[in-house]
Amino acid sequence: MATPAAALPPPLLTARARTHWHDRLAQALLVFCCAALALFLIGPLAMILVKSVQDRDGVFVGLAQFREYFATPSLRQSIWNTLWVATVVTGITIPLAFTYAYALTRSCMPGKTAFRVIALTPILAPSLMAAISFIQWFGTQGLLKALLGGASVYGPIGIILSSVYATFPHALMIVLTALLLADGRLYEAAESLRAPTLRRFFTITLPGAKYGLVSAAMVVFSYTVSDFGIPKVIGGRFDVLAVDIFKQVIGQQNFNKGAVVSLVLLLPVLVAFAVDWVMRRRLSAQFTARAVPYVPRPSRGFDRAMLAFCIVVSVFLLAVLGMAVYTSFIKLWPYDKSFSLRHYAYGLIDAGVINTFFNSLRMAVLTAVIGTMFIFGAAYLLEKTRGMGRLKAFFRLVATIPMAVPGMVLGLGYIFFFNHPDNPLNGLYHTMAILVLVTIVHYYTSSHLTAVTALKALDDEFESVSSSLKVPFYRTFFRVTVPVCLPAVLDIGRYLFVNAMVTISAVVFLYAPDTQLASVAILNMDEAGEIGAAAAMATLIVASSTAVCVVYAIVTRFLLARTQAWRTASRA
Amino acid sequence: MTQAGPSFLELTGIRKSFGRFEALQGVSLSVRRGELMVFLGPSGCGKTTLLRIIAGLESQDEGRIVQDGRDISRVPAIRRDYGIVFQSYALFPNLTVDANVAYGLVNRRAARPAIRARVAELLKLVGLPDAGPKFPGQLSGGQQQRIALARAIATSPGLLLLDEPLSALDALERVRLRGEIRALQQRLGVTTIMVTHDQEEALSIADRVVVMNGGRIEQVGTPREVYERPATSFAADFVGKVNVLPAVAEGAGRFRCGSVSLAVGRDDIAAGTRVKLYLRPEEVGVHVNGHSAQGAFAAKVAKVEFLGAFCMIGIALDATDTPLLVASVPRQQVDADCLAPGAAVMISLPAAAMRVL
Repeated sequence: MATPAAALPPPLLTARARTHWHDRLAQALLVFCCAALALFLIGPLAMILVKSVQDRDGVFVGLAQFREYFATPSLRQSIWNTLWVATVVTGITIPLAFTYAYALTRSCMPGKTAFRVIALTPILAPSLMAAISFIQWFGTQGLLKALLGGASVYGPIGIILSSVYATFPHALMIVLTALLLADGRLYEAAESLRAPTLRRFFTITLPGAKYGLVSAAMVVFSYTVSDFGIPKVIGGRFDVLAVDIFKQVIGQQNFNKGAVVSLVLLLPVLVAFAVDWVMRRRLSAQFTARAVPYVPRPSRGFDRAMLAFCIVVSVFLLAVLGMAVYTSFIKLWPYDKSFSLRHYAYGLIDAGVINTFFNSLRMAVLTAVIGTMFIFGAAYLLEKTRGMGRLKAFFRLVATIPMAVPGMVLGLGYIFFFNHPDNPLNGLYHTMAILVLVTIVHYYTSSHLTAVTALKALDDEFESVSSSLKVPFYRTFFRVTVPVCLPAVLDIGRYLFVNAMVTISAVVFLYAPDTQLASVAILNMDEAGEIGAAAAMATLIVASSTAVCVVYAIVTRFLLARTQAWRTASRA
Repeated sequence: MTQAGPSFLELTGIRKSFGRFEALQGVSLSVRRGELMVFLGPSGCGKTTLLRIIAGLESQDEGRIVQDGRDISRVPAIRRDYGIVFQSYALFPNLTVDANVAYGLVNRRAARPAIRARVAELLKLVGLPDAGPKFPGQLSGGQQQRIALARAIATSPGLLLLDEPLSALDALERVRLRGEIRALQQRLGVTTIMVTHDQEEALSIADRVVVMNGGRIEQVGTPREVYERPATSFAADFVGKVNVLPAVAEGAGRFRCGSVSLAVGRDDIAAGTRVKLYLRPEEVGVHVNGHSAQGAFAAKVAKVEFLGAFCMIGIALDATDTPLLVASVPRQQVDADCLAPGAAVMISLPAAAMRVL
């Protein structure tokens, strides 16, 4: 075909906009964040894969280690133990959390705020503390030992009790959110159609909370599977995967076998994570801004039943926390119950263990400050800068991985990666820095999601407006984005601090004598039989985390009242 | 109409695709200095993409942009000279109105008293002299958009871009603010491009309208040109209401539509060609009691839709037919002529107002 060439317009230069140095700076920062996260997450995880197919001398042996592992009956038993215990814990925690959340959202019982605060207290303590408390209550010298009818608390019973305690607040928060999202108009519609209460429950409440329940179940399941502190303290001779890794690595110094076990541990957690991820997406899709909140109406019998339930659960929760605190302040359980500060004075200070507490504080502050800056900054670059589509997709993926990786697995990966003689970052090994890094990475996903949610709520055109006004992006970031997102930023800081205070699984392989953390010290003191001192340390951790939460509450109420005047103004 | 100056902004062969979707398929356009040009089209027609390309917020795949003699095709947004107002206002919620308006001024290291004076002047200009210490959240939507406008013109940009600025407002506020925008634009003489999907808004405010569809420009013209002489069937359809009559050319300027033969005054179309005739409802003549124009034909009223000042009368060749066309008739005439379903009427279709496309 003869196309008249002259009729075509002259070819125009393909125009790619020159990038201003502002954009290039933002892109460079994003590349840096992405590289850093990949380095401190993907690198260690990849090393686990490598080590799992090598023998002790670094020779490639294929799947020989796996074969050997699965041929060992005691190790196979651990898999079964881990899974059934986690399943039972999930089966107990979810109905408890659902009923509790139901009472908080659908009844008119008094004291809701107090119940809510009490329910969240387990988050402030290391999971070890729950195990210690249960030993005090039900152990060989336990006050309520008779209740177990001859069964020993050391073993599955203790693990299940302690895990239910430790996972309860996590499940409650998710279910609570799901129930709060319910649209009140659905209930009004059902009522106008004369649907009875029970039918309303099964046709509106339960389907509405479905995704939240599944998501909470997955979180509880993976928490229990991954947790190392509880089975270590109260598990007795009942083996689970997380403790197996510890035994292989610390006990037998068999790092490669540890890598194999950690991959086995990773599998159920990954599955749970995948299910959870899908559920969360559906949960957020369900949420519409137009929903009218449900307002419960008083109903005597129901409110009383709910109140009774919440009192029982709260007493249970407070009894666990209270026993640890009590143990730390008496001479010797159960023989001499007179008040004493000896566990603090001698057990912690004179024994020199108190340093671990200050290490923990330092680590938690550094994690909160550095972690918040990095996570929020990276989320900002991810959400609010233009271009780099593929890198951003990669970043989003990498940022969700930490939630699927048990702390033990991450910690072991860090040994492999940073202890490797050829790694230029080798110097980080056995420093405070590596503890901060592993903790930030370990708790990255939740913080990242908080930041992204807050940033998504901002108008996307802020950046466009500032570039039209010739204001560089970083100026708008500090002048508008950060102040507006301050509640989320503080929330991330608090979350990182509290978790850094109680974390144990990721750091148990990585501390040096002078960077030992309080949670690790509790573990060691418990092993040495110094229950009183261990309880005292746990009490200190709870106290400091509580202090941070109280400060957070005060700051959000008063300081924010000033910087966020526009919020209250727009409500007026 | 304002005095149209020489070309201020020149777009040549702008193309843009998002993946496989071609948002702009080679758009060329010239905007005159000081005029208010409106990009009008349905959602997805590419009008907002074109605006964002002019602003440098999107980069075109191909094509050239020259603003005020300077080739800005590859210049990043921050180096271009424009102010912009978005549908969402995009006011910084944590800054007062004063700080919002001063946002671009502060960056230019102007002296503080000068900035304060400029902000006060701008707030007066948009009719909100006392809003300064308030936060955006305390203002109504219309007030917020006025502040966004003040912020956009604070640095006296050469080009003002308005991206659906009125769409988030209620009907009354929309009409009031569009009048204010027009007055302000004429007073400042700033070259302005506004994007909208509302044809009434476009016709009322624009010096010239660009009708866009499917990533292409359908027509560029003054509101009257676009309304009275639509260049394409899309333009006729999208801007205002229109009757579309399928017809066959009979030659000698006559067209047959069903059983009626119409004079259109276009004899350049060969007999037998199938065409479509376009006629605005208000051009349709409806007569009763023997008052009749030349070439009128008998028909029946099928439906009367009351719209306030006007009624839309559905007209069929007999009362049981589906309406062939609609006529817009003043309410007084509807009353005087007793136009009700079933009424016999004479219909005239003025040849001059009929468009063949």
